[in-house]
Amino acid sequence: MAVMEYIDAIRLAMKEEMERDENVFILGEDVGVKGGVFTTTKGLMDQFGEERVMDTPLAESAIAGVAIGAAMYGMKPIAEMQYSDFMLPATNQIISEAAKIRYRSNNDWNCPIVVRAPIGGGIFGGLYHSQCPESIFFGTPGLKIVAPYSAYDAKGLLKAAIRDPDPVLFFENKKCYKLIKEDVPLDDYIVPLGVANVLREGDDITVIGYSMPLHFCMQAAEELEKEMGITAHVLDLRTLQPLDRNAILESVRKTGKVLIVHEDNKTGGIGAEVSAIISEECLYDLDAPIMRLCSPDVPAMPISPPMEKFYMLTKDKVKEAMIHLANY
Amino acid sequence: MSDNKQLIDVFMPQLAESLVSATVGKWLKQPGDRIEQYEPICEVITDKVNAEIPSTVDGIMGELIAEEGQTIGVGEVICRISVISTNESVSVNIPSNTVTVEASSTVSSDQSMRSRYSPAVQSLAAEHGLNLADIPGTGMAGRITRKDVLAYVERGHSEQAKPSTASSALTGGINSPFQGLSHTNPAVTPSQYVENKSPAARNSGLHLNETPQIPNNVIEGQQGRAETLIDITPVRNTIATRMRQSVSEIPHAWTMIEVDVTNLVLIRNKLKDEFKRNEGVNLTYLAFLLKAVVNAIKDYPIMNSVWATDKIIVKRDINISLAVGTDDTVMVPVIQKADQKNIAGLAKEVEDLATKTRQGKLKLDDMQGGTFTVNNTGSFGSVLSYPIINYPQAAILTFESIVKRPVVINDMIAVRSMANICLSLDHRILDGVICGRFLQRVKENLEGYTLDTKLY
Repeated sequence: MAVMEYIDAIRLAMKEEMERDENVFILGEDVGVKGGVFTTTKGLMDQFGEERVMDTPLAESAIAGVAIGAAMYGMKPIAEMQYSDFMLPATNQIISEAAKIRYRSNNDWNCPIVVRAPIGGGIFGGLYHSQCPESIFFGTPGLKIVAPYSAYDAKGLLKAAIRDPDPVLFFENKKCYKLIKEDVPLDDYIVPLGVANVLREGDDITVIGYSMPLHFCMQAAEELEKEMGITAHVLDLRTLQPLDRNAILESVRKTGKVLIVHEDNKTGGIGAEVSAIISEECLYDLDAPIMRLCSPDVPAMPISPPMEKFYMLTKDKVKEAMIHLANY
Repeated sequence: MSDNKQLIDVFMPQLAESLVSATVGKWLKQPGDRIEQYEPICEVITDKVNAEIPSTVDGIMGELIAEEGQTIGVGEVICRISVISTNESVSVNIPSNTVTVEASSTVSSDQSMRSRYSPAVQSLAAEHGLNLADIPGTGMAGRITRKDVLAYVERGHSEQAKPSTASSALTGGINSPFQGLSHTNPAVTPSQYVENKSPAARNSGLHLNETPQIPNNVIEGQQGRAETLIDITPVRNTIATRMRQSVSEIPHAWTMIEVDVTNLVLIRNKLKDEFKRNEGVNLTYLAFLLKAVVNAIKDYPIMNSVWATDKIIVKRDINISLAVGTDDTVMVPVIQKADQKNIAGLAKEVEDLATKTRQGKLKLDDMQGGTFTVNNTGSFGSVLSYPIINYPQAAILTFESIVKRPVVINDMIAVRSMANICLSLDHRILDGVICGRFLQRVKENLEGYTLDTKLY
C-alpha cells in the first residue's frame, strides 16, 4: 500500500503487467525516450528496452493499426494516443477493425489491444488537448470503454483491460493525473470491467457519473450533507461500455431522483444512454425528471480562460444542480 | 469621482498542463512594496517547472495569503494586491466561490405542483393504499415527493388510531391538509433526516480514504523535551532529495592529490591590491583554480559528462557549478561557459554569484546547466573532504586549505605552500587512470602559474 498519484497508478499497472507477461508492450508517440508527455511511461523504456516501449511516428492510424496486427498475432499491445483529441485518425482502425475482428472471423480471431488516451479539459489546453471523445466510440458494439476516477480503479481497471481478450479503450483523465492522490495497493489486483462502484451512500438524490467530474460530485455531496442535510448517493460507472445496468437501476431505485454528470457534451453523450435505460426499466420508481449536467454543445473547448471556465463543470455547478434536484 | 482602493486577488496560475498545485518558494515582494505589472512577485516550485509569478496589475502588495513553503492549488488565492482606481465604475472583484443556495432557503408559496404526482409517488401510494390528498408536499411548488410519502407512511403506522390528524401533527395545528404546509418551513424538514441519519457508508473501502496529509513539522518548544523540531524548508528538502539521489544512484569513488601552490601565492599577493583597485572585486585563489580546472577539463572532456544508462553524454560547454554555502543551505550557482572566461572574468563571476547567493537573489537561470562542480572547501579551513557529486554530473572537485609545510625538493627540505585537491567521481563513467591524469593536469596548471601569468 502506498500513497500515489493517479498517473503513478497507471504507470505501475503497465509495469506490473509487462513484468508478468512478456507479450505486453507499449507503443505511442514519445512514450520511450521521453517517457510520455505526461511522464506516464517514464522509466519503462529503461526497464524493458526499446523493443517493448516503442516510439512511433506521428501517425495515430499506424499506432492503432500496428497494435491491432500485433494483437491478432498473439501480442498484448498497449497503444498510447498522446491526447484523445489526436485519436480520430485511428477511429477507422479501432471501429472498423479492432471492434469487429472477433465477429467478422466467427470467433477465430480476437484482438486484445488496449488503447490508452487522456481525456478532459480544465488544463488550459484549448481545442486539441481537452476533448472527451467517449461518445464517438460509445455506440460501437465490440469495444469496451473504461474511464476511471480513482487511482485505485485506474490501476485495477488498466490491468483488467490489458488481460481482456478484446479491445478496450482506456480513457484516463489528464486533470486527475496529479489531482487524485490516494492509497493504492502495491500487490496484484484487478478491478473487473463492467462493474460500477457506489462511492457514497445517500437517500435524497442519486448522482451518476464517471471520471473527473465525480471529484466535484463528491465534494458537493460532502458539503450538502453538512450544510443542508441532503445526502447524495453517488455511483461511479467506471466502465462505460458495457454499462452496469443493474447497478444503475439499483441506485436509481434508492432515491427516485437522478442527476447524470459528465464532461463530454450533453447531446448524444453517455448520459443520454443511461437516462434511456432508466426510463425504459424503472419509470415507476422515478420521483423527478432525469436530469443531466454536462458541458454545453460547443464545438470544442475554448482557449480563453473565462470561456474555459464557462465550459467546464465545477463543484459549484454540480452543487447547484444537486440542490435543484433535491428540492424538486 | 474619488480614488478607490481595491484589493485584487492573485491566483496560483496553471504552470503546466497536468499540474494541480505548486509550492510557494519565496516571496519577492512584501506587503507595502510597490509592484508594476509583469514584475515577479514570488517564486514557485513544482516537480515539473520552477518559475516566477508575475503580477497581473500595477499596485501595492496588500497581504500575502500563502506562506513560503506552502503548497497551493491552482486557482487558489496566493496574495492580494491593492490597486488604486480613479474610475467611478469600479467592478468589484467577486469571489468566485460564491454558491447559489437561495433555492434551498426560499420556499415558494406556489402550489401549482401540488397535484402533479411522480410515478414513484403513485406507486407508493397504491402500494400502501394512501390518499395523496392527505399527504403534505414539501417539494418544488408544493409537490409531494417520494420522501414525503415515505415519511407519511412511517408516521401513519405509529398514529394509526387517529389518521385524520396525521397531517396536522406534522404541519403544526393547521386543520385542512389542503392548506398544507407552513411556508416558513425549509423545503426539507430536518426531522426527516434525523430518523434517516446514517453515516455515509462506502462500499469499497481503502481507496476512498481521504488523502493522508503529509506531516508538517513545526517548531515546538515542548517542555521537558531536550529536542527541537525544525520545519523542513523547500530548499532543505531539495538538497536532501538531490543528495540522496546522488549517493544512491552514483557509485562514488574518491581520490586526492597534493599541489605546490607557492608560486600561486606569490603571484596573487603581488597582483591582488592592484586588481581590487582596478576591478573592484577580490582576486581569489579560487579564480586561478577554476582556470586550471577548466583547462584540464578541455584536455579531458570526459570529466564533463553525464551517465545516460545506455550511453555517456559528453557536454561541449564547460559550465562550472560553484558550491556556495550560507548559514543553513548550500547552493550551486553556475558559471556559464567558464571555458570562455579568463582569470579576471572568473574572479568577477565568482564574486557576483557568491554575493547573489548570500543575498538570496539567485535566479533559476543562475542555477541551471552545470556540468562540473567545484567546491572551495579551503575557505572554511578543511584540509580534506569527501564531496557528494552534484547529480547528474560526473565528478566534483574540492580545493582545500593552503598550508605551509616542509617539503623535500631535490633532497633538501623547503617550506612550501601546499594544498590538497580532492575529487569524487562517478565510477560508471570515470576510472582511476583518467582521473589521475586529469588531476595531474590540474596540478601542472596550478604549479605552472608564474609571475608572468596573464590575468586577462
